[in-house]
Amino acid sequence: MSYSSDLNRCRRPLFFRKLTDTVLRLFSFAAISVAVGGMGWILFCVLRYGVGVLDWGFLLNPSRPFGLPDNGIANAVLGTLLITGVSAAITVPLGIAAGIYLSEFGRHSRIAHFLRFSANVMMGMPSILVGLFVYIIFVVPCGHFSGFAGSLALGIIMFPVVMRTTEDMLAMVPYTLRESALALGMTRARTTLAVVCRSARNGLVTGVLLAIARVSGETAPLLFTALFADSWPNRFFSAPTANMPVLITQYADSPFPTVQSAAWGAALVITLLVLTLNIFTRMVFRERGQ
Amino acid sequence: MATKISARNLNFFYGNHQALFDNNIDIEANSITAVIGPSGCGKSTHLRIYNRIFELYRDQRASGELLLDGVNVLDKKVDVLDLRRRVGMIFQKPTPFPMSVFDNVAYPLRLHFKLSRAEIAERVEQALIGASIWDEVKDKLKSSGLALSGGQQQRLCIARAIAAEPEVLLMDEPTSAIDPVATLKIEELCLRLKEKFTIVIVTHNMQQAARISDFTGFFYKGRIEEFGTTEKIFSNPDKKRTEEYITGRFG
Ligand SMILES: Nc1ncnc2c1ncn2[C@@H]1O[C@H](COP(=O)(O)OP(=O)(O)O)[C@@H](O)[C@H]1O
Ligand SMILES: [Mg+2]
Repeated sequence: MSYSSDLNRCRRPLFFRKLTDTVLRLFSFAAISVAVGGMGWILFCVLRYGVGVLDWGFLLNPSRPFGLPDNGIANAVLGTLLITGVSAAITVPLGIAAGIYLSEFGRHSRIAHFLRFSANVMMGMPSILVGLFVYIIFVVPCGHFSGFAGSLALGIIMFPVVMRTTEDMLAMVPYTLRESALALGMTRARTTLAVVCRSARNGLVTGVLLAIARVSGETAPLLFTALFADSWPNRFFSAPTANMPVLITQYADSPFPTVQSAAWGAALVITLLVLTLNIFTRMVFRERGQ
Repeated sequence: MATKISARNLNFFYGNHQALFDNNIDIEANSITAVIGPSGCGKSTHLRIYNRIFELYRDQRASGELLLDGVNVLDKKVDVLDLRRRVGMIFQKPTPFPMSVFDNVAYPLRLHFKLSRAEIAERVEQALIGASIWDEVKDKLKSSGLALSGGQQQRLCIARAIAAEPEVLLMDEPTSAIDPVATLKIEELCLRLKEKFTIVIVTHNMQQAARISDFTGFFYKGRIEEFGTTEKIFSNPDKKRTEEYITGRFG
């Protein structure tokens, strides 16, 4: 292409435009490397220090007080599954329902603005506060720690996350899809469930999953609620209940190297669990979607 | 011939902004009426009153009368779910639901009627045949409606819209997001469908309006500037502005 002499005089040097381009590319590449590298490093450490203690005994025996033989983490794995499972069973339906309200029914209402605001505040709140809160309103009146109190604490942390991701995912569904459902004579409720939520299904599942994965590693809220016990979690509602995060915290604090390695082993197990949950669900929903 | 729909002094408001002014129009049964006019003149707004879909948005409001077989459907006493079964709508972008081809078409049937499985299957097939898409999808009824091409998706939506046997079909630029071959298919389809349905179609394409419609309404700045048989509007319009628009001098 040729330019008139007027324009030719004031062309920007290509060199600087290319330089900015290169700098920006390098910068984003560096940023990615830091992120991925950091994650890789953490995984590497967990693997390196944790893999040594993994054997069937470690996986299948419950934890025991220090010094006793056949120490394991099976009770903590079970406890964590219970605490997180019960928590998700209560919170996910509520959070999704609240998210549906925010996106479909009360989008601009005062209640909606208030809900969104308090959800943002709650998501920024240190999780130990949630633990203390449940301790005061639930553990103290009950007179004992319990796994269920832990579920409540995790639920309070999970609720705003599930609600907001649900709202965001539903808001991404184009309005013409709602209109075409309504135009066939569907009610708002049916449109929401059969068309809008179904369209957003993959996003919803991913959101819920990330929320569960996030809280399954929370330690602080469990310290005041579920606490820990060297026993099977058979008194979920009425006694301290073993769980992975608190086990890891306590073991990592120990002065004894064998106990410290057990903490690494437990860390490896919970990492693998969360990873499996992630990959499994993604695979199932990738196949069914589209 | 009988009048299917009459608009009487329709006005429409987006909040405080008035988008339609005193629209009056009579739409004949079993005909194709084209709605033309420059962008933003209120064609979609006008159409969206017919099935009261605008009621989804709280700040939108219509006044005046819209008579369907002589009954004012803007009256709150008219059940909107039943109105929408009688008045189907096709949108600019195809909007298949995230479910199988079969279920897309079966949905409105199951929604409005209690039918046996066999009856549903029969009617789904009829609707797909009616929308000229049966041959292309008969082997993949179970696969997702989202996996079809754009033109196929639009015809699937037409099948879905006609499955529950509405009386009126509203089409808001149904071919503007679709390739020319698929557009021709949909035009032929419209010509066949008018034997059963009353069709109102918004289009930006003058040739399309001339090819398929019996009547044409020219909209300008929220008013119906001129309305008449397509033949008259395209050969000898009364208003200068209509002629200018049709000959492509503005718009
Ligand atoms: N959701 C809306 N909110 C406010 N104004 C709108 C909205 N949709 C359309 N309008 C206005 O109404 C007028 C008619 O729009 P529309 O019916 O979409 O025109 P057309 O379909 O003829 O292009 C335009 O002036 C447009 O700006
Ligand atoms: Mg329009």
